[in-house]
Amino acid sequence: MLFTSYQFIAFVIISLILYYLVPKKLQWIVLLCMNTLFYVYAGISGIIFIVTTIVTTFFGAVSINNEKEKCADYLTQQKDVLTKEQKKDYKLTSVRKQKIYLALPLIINFGILAVLKYTNLFIVTFTSFNTVDFILPMGISFYTFQSTGYLVDVYRGIAEVQKNPFRYALFVSFFPQLVQGPISRWNDLKTCLFEYHDFSWSKIQSGLERMLWGYFKKMVIADRAAIGLATIQSDCQTYYGAYAFVGMILYAIDLYADFTGGIDITIGVAEMFGIKLPENFKRPFFSKNIAEYWRRWHITLCAWFKDYLFYPISMSKWMNKLSKKLKNTVGKAVGSRFPVYFSSLTVWFVTGIWHGASWNFVVWGLLNSLIMLISQEFKPLYDKADKKFGYRKFKYYKVFEIIRTTAIVCSLQMLDYYRNISEAFKMFFSMFTSGNYYEVFTKGMWNIGISMPDYIVIAIGVLIIFIVSMLQRKCSIRQRLSQNNYCVRYVVFLLLFLAIVVFGTYGIGYESSQFIYNQF
Amino acid sequence: MKKKVCVGFAVVLIPIVCLYFLQCLLVPKYATDIKEGAMIQEYYSSDKKHDVLILGDCEVYENISPVTMWENYGISCYIRGSAEQLIWQSYYLLEDTLRYEKPEVVVLNVLAMSQGEAKSEAYNRMTLDGMKWSKSKIESIKASMTDKEDMLSYIFPLLRYHSRWSELTMDDVKYMYKTPSVTTNGYLMQKGVRPVTTIPKVMPLPDYSFSEKNFEYLDKICSLCNNNGIKLVLMKAPSVYPHWYDEWDSQIKDYADKNNILYLNTINEAENIGIDYSQDTFDYGQHLNVNGAEKLSKYLGKQLVDNYGLKDHRNEEEYTRVWNPLVDKYYQEKQDE
Repeated sequence: MLFTSYQFIAFVIISLILYYLVPKKLQWIVLLCMNTLFYVYAGISGIIFIVTTIVTTFFGAVSINNEKEKCADYLTQQKDVLTKEQKKDYKLTSVRKQKIYLALPLIINFGILAVLKYTNLFIVTFTSFNTVDFILPMGISFYTFQSTGYLVDVYRGIAEVQKNPFRYALFVSFFPQLVQGPISRWNDLKTCLFEYHDFSWSKIQSGLERMLWGYFKKMVIADRAAIGLATIQSDCQTYYGAYAFVGMILYAIDLYADFTGGIDITIGVAEMFGIKLPENFKRPFFSKNIAEYWRRWHITLCAWFKDYLFYPISMSKWMNKLSKKLKNTVGKAVGSRFPVYFSSLTVWFVTGIWHGASWNFVVWGLLNSLIMLISQEFKPLYDKADKKFGYRKFKYYKVFEIIRTTAIVCSLQMLDYYRNISEAFKMFFSMFTSGNYYEVFTKGMWNIGISMPDYIVIAIGVLIIFIVSMLQRKCSIRQRLSQNNYCVRYVVFLLLFLAIVVFGTYGIGYESSQFIYNQF
Repeated sequence: MKKKVCVGFAVVLIPIVCLYFLQCLLVPKYATDIKEGAMIQEYYSSDKKHDVLILGDCEVYENISPVTMWENYGISCYIRGSAEQLIWQSYYLLEDTLRYEKPEVVVLNVLAMSQGEAKSEAYNRMTLDGMKWSKSKIESIKASMTDKEDMLSYIFPLLRYHSRWSELTMDDVKYMYKTPSVTTNGYLMQKGVRPVTTIPKVMPLPDYSFSEKNFEYLDKICSLCNNNGIKLVLMKAPSVYPHWYDEWDSQIKDYADKNNILYLNTINEAENIGIDYSQDTFDYGQHLNVNGAEKLSKYLGKQLVDNYGLKDHRNEEEYTRVWNPLVDKYYQEKQDE
């Protein structure tokens, strides 16, 4: 069920009516039923996988918790009987058991994810067999990560265990975020998912406004840009040089408007149910370097990788030992850097492959990591230069930094856009070597499926996003509008609604376009 | 409380009004270009006192002139034709027409029998959009929709035509609420002359049988006429191509014989009618121009008078009041460059 389909809108309306009609203690059950319906609509075969994830991680967490309680009880009871050594041994045995309860669900779930998503990559890369046609259950990457996060949090003692499997199932399968995130934490949702929610127009209005903003970005900007992108991507022999440049810009616009639009719809729908989901973007194109960009783009995924992969690797005992060994054998510089370098490259390798089961994503991830590591290495040099020349105090230097970061991000995204490493590099370099800019800007770019009025709509759309982003630096635009006269707020969102109806790319003549992040 | 209700009402009403105006602006007007799209709705503003109703595709609305039939026989006739009109669309248009009047004779052009399925959404729109909302329209939409279409976009045409924002012309503003009349009682005049130069090679078909669905709707047309005491006439308009196969002709002939219906195949009658394909066609023999249409209309009018004794209304004031302006319009259009 696409977010941009009439079915989805009807589904949300029906869910809301039921949600607010039933007694409040049943609200979460209605939501769980609607989640099931939503998932069944996407394909009955996918159900088995999400159920497996829910069951394994649920029992994993419960077992870890039971083991923890058992250990604590035993140690309390035997406080005066056991020696310090015996207590330590008992604790160690208990932790080992907990680790097994943690590892089993992780192996099963990441195993499922790996088999369904990466078998073909393995076959194509390492064998001469034919590829297999596996189904890819909706949102598998998202719900696997979300449930894994919960399991690890229970293991770490950060999250309390949920003993009702159905309540836990609601957390994993909450339908608005099932499709493309954000990846929520149990601690963030454990209250609002199950507390009683009164119906209020202001909640509905606020959610609707957020949804409208998302639909505007997706249907007016992203899907319009995608038409031209499909043409440029289809034939690299014809569309190179300046076309690649146009494609690079359009893809950056498309990806941002598509993904942030989808998240706006998700957050807006959840808001109407009284559920607050975490924000996933914080004006990423205002970042002054790549590291900052990744703290502002797909925030929940990056935070997930940081908490559940980067730190566990970089701060592990074996890494510590290895680092010490390297310090003694190779040198301090290498030894102290190794944990960060290794963890960072591993995280970005996984981030890359998470985005898509092909090597272009791996290269994209590793290049991101390399740029950040190099930038970190050069930091003392930049600081020194700034001390000498003081260029950082100039206002326009910040603008330069933002443009530089945007240029790097856009260039790296070509690997995602072309889906082929050599093609992406070829097209990237053709932007500097080809002399077709005049021809493309005067004629060619109007013949890629996007007309002059379409470019104007895209440009105005981007300008509106930019203005909104500027205004949001201090506080949310909806908050600002709510402080104004109601009429102003009403007119703004009425215009947004009419803009979607008229300028939206939907209906005959436009193919309904999936959200880019749906495929993950 | 009263204020809250008023505000709530305004909050809902304002978007609806805005959408209505946008819809009026964005739906195609068919006033100067692709006039075929405006023909179906024109019927509703006509004076609904017709002896003859003609249904079918371009072979009726470009080949038959109601004014000629009026001038020669005093027959009041209306053509509810549209581009690529399918048999079931003809049926539902007949049903729709019967809500307003009961003609004595219905003439149905049978070329559409060779058309098994809807060809494209654009043709569907030209027939269906113009119909007033009724059960017939809903059924016609349901029977006609291609895979890409949905009922919602017929109910709210803005959902279909919103993308026309970049093609708007002054006509869209000028004719926002009413499209001017583009036909004379359903006849779309064509004045050019493009004679037949070559006749395309006739290709054999793997299967000449008309579809069951088409026969089903032909049966429905037949029974609807019988139930309302209307005489049904099947007609094949003259044309050089697309080729009307003998196998198709015999199926219609058999059907007409079986149901005791008059069948006029005017292809072989073209010479008797006086059609000269070097003068009377505007598109190399596919359709007739106004000269050809007048000739065919004289023939058709005579057949209808001879077979069904249709009354001559030329001396009846209530008819002349309606027809005189139509005749003037017709000749004015004929004279215009």
